[in-house]
This record gives sequence, C-alpha cells and structure tokens, in this order.
Amino acid sequence: MEAAHGHAHDHEHAHHPSGIMRWVTTTNHKDIGTMYLWFSFIMFITGGVMALTIRAELFSPGLQIVQPEFFNQLVTMHGLIMVFGAIMPGFVGFANWQIPLMIGAPDMAFARMNNWSFWLLPPAAILLVGSFLAPGGATAAGWTLYAPLSVQMGPGMDMAIFALHIMGASSIMGSINIITTILNMRAPGMSLMRMPLFVWGWLITAYLLIAVMPVLAGAVTMVLTDRHLDTHFFNAAGGGDPVMYQHIFWFFGHPEVYIMILPAFGIVSQIIPAFSRKPLFGYSSMVYAMSSIAILSFIVWAHHMFTVGMPAAGLLFFMYATMLIAIPTGVKVFNWVSTMWKGALSFEAPMLFAIGFIFLFTVGGFSGLVLAIYPIDVQAQDTYYVVAHFHYVLVSGALFAMFGGVYFWIPKWTGHMYDEKLAQWHFWLSFIFFNMAFFVQHFLGLAGMPRRVPDYALQFADFNRISTIGAFGFGLSQLLFLYIVLKCIRGGAKAADKPWEGAEGLEWTLPSPPPYHSFETPPVVK
Amino acid sequence: MIRRIAQILATLSLLLIAGGAALAEMRLNLQDPQTVIAHEIYNLHNIILLICAVIFVIVFGAMLIAIVKHRKSVGHRAEQFHENTTVEILWTVIPFLILVGMAYPSTKTLLVMRDTSASDMTIKATGYQWKWRYDYLEDDVSFYSNLSTPRDQIQNLAPKGEHYLLEVDNPVVVPVGKRIRVLTTANDVIHAWWVPAFGVKQDAIPGFVRDAWFKVDAPGTYRGQCAELCGKEHGFMPIVIEAVSEDQYKTWVAEQKAKKSQASSTSAADANKTFTLDELKAQGEKVYTKSCIACHQANGQGMPPAFPSLVGGKISTGPLAGHLDIVVNGSKKNPVMVAWKNQLSDLEIASVITYERNSFGNKTGDMVQPKDVAALRK
Repeated sequence: MEAAHGHAHDHEHAHHPSGIMRWVTTTNHKDIGTMYLWFSFIMFITGGVMALTIRAELFSPGLQIVQPEFFNQLVTMHGLIMVFGAIMPGFVGFANWQIPLMIGAPDMAFARMNNWSFWLLPPAAILLVGSFLAPGGATAAGWTLYAPLSVQMGPGMDMAIFALHIMGASSIMGSINIITTILNMRAPGMSLMRMPLFVWGWLITAYLLIAVMPVLAGAVTMVLTDRHLDTHFFNAAGGGDPVMYQHIFWFFGHPEVYIMILPAFGIVSQIIPAFSRKPLFGYSSMVYAMSSIAILSFIVWAHHMFTVGMPAAGLLFFMYATMLIAIPTGVKVFNWVSTMWKGALSFEAPMLFAIGFIFLFTVGGFSGLVLAIYPIDVQAQDTYYVVAHFHYVLVSGALFAMFGGVYFWIPKWTGHMYDEKLAQWHFWLSFIFFNMAFFVQHFLGLAGMPRRVPDYALQFADFNRISTIGAFGFGLSQLLFLYIVLKCIRGGAKAADKPWEGAEGLEWTLPSPPPYHSFETPPVVK
Repeated sequence: MIRRIAQILATLSLLLIAGGAALAEMRLNLQDPQTVIAHEIYNLHNIILLICAVIFVIVFGAMLIAIVKHRKSVGHRAEQFHENTTVEILWTVIPFLILVGMAYPSTKTLLVMRDTSASDMTIKATGYQWKWRYDYLEDDVSFYSNLSTPRDQIQNLAPKGEHYLLEVDNPVVVPVGKRIRVLTTANDVIHAWWVPAFGVKQDAIPGFVRDAWFKVDAPGTYRGQCAELCGKEHGFMPIVIEAVSEDQYKTWVAEQKAKKSQASSTSAADANKTFTLDELKAQGEKVYTKSCIACHQANGQGMPPAFPSLVGGKISTGPLAGHLDIVVNGSKKNPVMVAWKNQLSDLEIASVITYERNSFGNKTGDMVQPKDVAALRK
C-alpha cells in the first residue's frame, strides 16, 4: 500500500474554542478519541479499585474488610464498569483515532453525533458509580443482572438500568458512525479486501453492536417494568419465566464477548506484521475467520446457561456450535504464528503485548473449549474456572491488545516516543502478575470454589492468597502505564512519521502528530 | 533484558513447583469422583486437557523457534511469503476432525447425565434465601438444612473448624448404590444445587422443576454449595450429603418419622399452653439465631434499608398485630422477608416475636402465645 504525499503542511484551523469548551464542543475525531481513551482509563482504575477490594477480602477465609452485601455490589459493579466503561469505550477510542487515519479520511462521517455519543458516557458513568450512594447501595445481582434477583434490588438497580440504556444508545450511535465512515470514506483504491485488519475488526464489531445492544436494552427494560409496573415477564407466578431473562441476556451477551475481542484481533493483526517485518499471513482467511466468529456468536448463547435444565437436543446443539468457534479462532492464531515465522522479529513493547496476547488468549481459548463441553461445564459453571477463563480472554486478551495498541500508535498520536525501557517493565510486570492472579483460579474452580462468594472453605486458602498478591501486583503495575503515557504526552524523543521500520499503512504517511483534519485530500491507494 | 527475565521466570517456576509439592492440599484437578457421572467427567476433562496441551506445545513451540531464531538481532532476514491456500485448508480441517473426536465421548456422557429415568427414589431440593429444604417424596421425610458454622468463626472471633462453611444442621441422608433423582426448584430467586464429587449441578428455578440424578458408590460425607448468585448469603448455603448403607438409611427414615410425630404431639400440647415471658424469650433467641440473624444481625440493627433494624422499629415496637402479620405472611414490599408460616411452628413464631419485642433494648413487655399464631393461620 502506498499513499500520495503532500500533507506535510499543517491545515490548522484555529476557529475551535480553547480550554474546557474545546473538549465539550469538539467534533474532531482525534479529540473525541482521546476523550474516549481517558474515559476508559478512568473507568479501568475505578473498576480496578473494586477488583482489588474484592481480592483483599478473599486474601484469607472469614470476613475481614467488607460484608457480603457490599461484596456482591463490588462484584457486580466491577463487571459492569469494566465491560461497559473500560473495554468497550477503550476500543471506540481506538476506532475514533485510527479509522480515519487508516482509511485516508479527514474525520468521522457524523462529526456532531460523534461528540454526542461520547458525551453520553460521563452521565451514564456518574449514574452507574453514583448508585453506590442510593439507599441499599448499588445493584448486587451480578453483572448479568439475572431476574428475579435483580427484581429484589433497591433503587441502585434502576440507576444501573438507566446507565445501561444510555451507554447502549452511545454504542449504537458510535457504531452507525463507524460503519458509515468505513463504507463511504475510504481513500480511492482501498477496496474492502485491502482495508487494514483493524478496520475490518471494527466494521464487524459495529454490526454486532447494532444487532445486540437493543436486545440488552429490552432485557433490562423488562426487569424495570417487572420491578415497578407489576409486569411478570420473569415471574413464574404471573405466567413469566426467569430463564427467559437468561436467554435474552445471553443473546446479547455472547456477541458482546466478541464485540470486546474483534477490535483486539484487529490491533494485534497490525502489530505482528510490523515487528515481523513481513506481510500478514493469510489476510483473506483472517477476514473470513472474523466474519465466521461473528456469525457463530449468534447461535451459541445458551452455553452460558448449560445448568438451567435444557433438553438434551438443545444441549447438543449449543455444545457443537460452541466447539465450532474453536476453528476460526484457531485459524487466526495459526496465521499470526505463520506471520512471525521466518520474519525478522524485534521485541518493542507493542510486539511484547501482541505476543503476550496470542499466548494468553490461546490459554483462554483452550479453557473456553473445555467449558464448551457440556459434561465438564456442569462441573465448572459458576466456579472460579469460569472467572479465570474470562479474565484470560478479557484482560490478557482485550486489555493487552489495547496496551499494545497504545504503545504502537502513541508516537503517532503525540509526536513523541514513549520510554521503551519502562514500557518493557510494564509488560513483564503485567504478564507475570496477571498469571499469578488468574492461573491459580483454574485450580480453585476445578476443586470446587464457586464464584461470587465473599468467603470460602479452608482448602481454597493458599491459591486465593497467591491470586490476591498477583492481583495487587497487576493493579499497581498499571500506575506505571499511566506514568509512561503522561511522560510521553509531555515530551520525549521526536517520533518520525513512521517510527516502526516494518509498519505499513496510511497512518504512517502523515506527520507525527497528524494535522487537525487528517486527510484533506484523499490519498490514493495503489 | 529478555535473558534476565527468562532466568527470573525459571527460578520462580521452580519455586512454585517445589512449593506445590510441599502443600499437598492445593488441589489441581476436579474433586475425587464418587459417582459414574463424576468419573466420566473427570476422565473426559483429563483427555481434553491433554489434547489441548499437545496442540499448545506444537503451536507455541513453533512460535518459540521463530522468537529465538527468526529475530532481527541475530541477523535473520524476513521472507515475504504471505499466503498458502493448502495450509489454510489443512488447519481448518484438522482442528475440525479433532473437535469431532472430542464431541463423541462428550455426547455419550451428556446423554447419560440427562437420562433421569429409572430412578429408585426421588428427593426434591428447594432453594430458599439462604438455606435448602429437602422433601423425600417416597419416604415422606422433610426438613430444612441450614449452615451450621457459627457466626463467630465467619467474623474471625473464633478459630475456624475443619469443615468451615461446608457444614449443615440437617444433612441429606441417602443410601449408597441407589439411583437417586433430584428435583430442584426454588422459593424466591434462582439457586443451584451442586455437589462436585457427584458431578451434579442443577439450577433451582422459582416456579419450575428441573431434575438431575446420581448414584453414590461408597459411604461417606460429601459437601457442595449453592452455585448461583442468590443474594447476600449466597456463599453461606452449603449442601451436605451423607451416603450410608441401605439399612442405616431405613433406620434414619424411621428416626425422622418418630421425630416428626413427636414434634406434632409436642406442638399439639403447646397449642393451648400459656408460656411465661422468660420461656418464650429463651426459645425465641434460638429461633432468631437460626432464621433471622443473617439479615437483622445479632444486635437487631439489620442493614437498612434492605434489612431494616428491629431496634425501636415501627413494626417491632409498634402494634403487635403488624409484627405478627409480617412474620407470618411476609412482606409484599420487600420479598426478602418471606412468609415464615411455611417454615416455623406456631411456638417458634410466637417465641421469636416475643424475643424481638423484648430484646436489643426493646421493652414492650408484649407476649405472643402459640394460639395467637394459630388463630392467624386460619
């Protein structure tokens, strides 16, 4: 891919307001992307403090720091905040910054809606986190908000429901924007099958979001009316069915897990070729693999509810369909490894996080395959094995990919190189402490420790202790990340237009940092 | 940098292995299986894990070779190949065949697990916030099963016992070698009945009945827990099963029946008896500790607003009729407060209300007699 040059001169329009109003009124994709990323980081720290409180309570048997009611609130809010506040907005931040740069567009298609979809998030976050102050505290029904437990909760539950409505609206607007931008604003010559894989990942993700966010909104709205208007959607005594909530929730929930991983696949597929100095192996099979994962994601939801008591035929269908997902996921891993094969590898921080991603995401993939097998799932469902599994795919999966993506593109965003030595420390500390925190949880789950409990039997004490130490190490390591990012924003070695020898793509044809309106005349992709 | 970290990692993993050997109780796999199903699950898990491990070693072995040999710092030059349809097809088809190989034994086990026909006896397990109730459908035995670990142990005021959090007042007693069908349902929210050593985990759903089955191989005590988040005390509603010989089981059933008829004759005797305040308070304290303390707390102050305080409360020191009504019939506003008429006897309800109205600084002097409660039930 080669792009036309001629954008060295800066088209800075100085018409936009300065100070706080610059951020409130901005319609610029870079400003909005930056706000999304900071929002995501603030929520990541908020959810992280909750996680550490949970792990501190679980450091030893008995109740020490928090009581069960508050513990359940923390478990619930940690999940909601990390999923809807940290991971999803984080990837939207990447989309805002990178998609126009990578497809040769001046900005996002709907610039004002872009502003609106970001500014919906802070009120939603205030509503969600503020629900701790409601009488009875925040919702304690688990992030899945299963009825009828969620119907029992106090007003904190209603605040969480409204927060989810707002975040859902924000996600849908963001998705419409992303799809329109990708389909209409690509540079001449950039056919769909020549788009960078990050753009592909987000195109598919945006369709998934539009398909399932309304389903979540429907599910929580039914909980809301069950709570206040005496509808009985989920109350058997009134002709409803509590299990129906789970079917609706997971019809949203399973595509949701791919919403959180497909953009990560995209980021890793940009990083691995760059530091292997070799084109991505099997580009088209990567696109097909992501598409088949997205399609399969709609027919596997009930594997989250294998123990609700479904007929054998249903169990077999969902077991087989779930196992099939291993095939496209495997194809992706094989393609990444083949990309590295016979390359000229170097191991800067983005590459370390990308390799860490492939390695640990595969561990999470294997535990996912184990969980797909119904008989084993009956033992592992609702245990710490599941907790270990989804932290391997979401922390060492989605989050590691985001760290890699930040290190990969931050020279472009800020115009400065980050501190490579500290970033290497950040990777190794995160890698080691992450495994310390979560690998042992596989053993806990297999041996019979249920999840979402504030206290446990004595035979689980040792692994819980190791896990808590690991979690604190991991959490504290992220302060190093904050320091590295701040240091990079404030200064550092000047970044070249293309700071990475093997990097390919339109974003590297622009200066670092890029001009305010990224591409005013579209580059031509040959 | 990387070499130094590799050294540190190697040392750490050695330490971990040595440490793991020293602490034999750090269990790494599923619990020792005690039923046919649990055996099959145990073996299935080992096989799948082994297959995954082999694939893992092959894939990451290749990656490791690339990391060591194909690095720029050793002067490796990148080749520029980037597609090969043959290998793409191969690594789609081979995993598919491996999955088919995994699906075959899984399907066999699944069908065995879901076949709940031909059972020798049936036990209904009902989940409550936060205890289990068991009904033996053929033998006409029923009881509630509560956590028996003292609160002091949970609050770290006393040393923890061997079966901390995994002990109950009334265990489920079953005969070995019999096929037992478990029906699960719930009274309030969704719970899950789980005994790891049996390979049984079945959600208990309010308004619906689900089933599972097990056949215990050997006599012994087996312990499990509620596996579905069901509110505040979710971590504190264990399941304990005692598997005994058939003869012992029959003796146990006879004992339970004798106890039941004794209890009903006692309650018949109690029905018209008038108790003193001290008698009621002493009995009421026991009931409170068993049934009320989880929410309203030992000092009666509860955890408002979900679990209101009984100290000088509108109901607990207000008109007696209101207090009786909420304990007997439950609260419509706050469904966590259940109708205790289904779970407690007249004497128990009378005594606990008397206790609450004359403890924690409440001094109403009110007394409730069993016949007052009986009158409300009609």
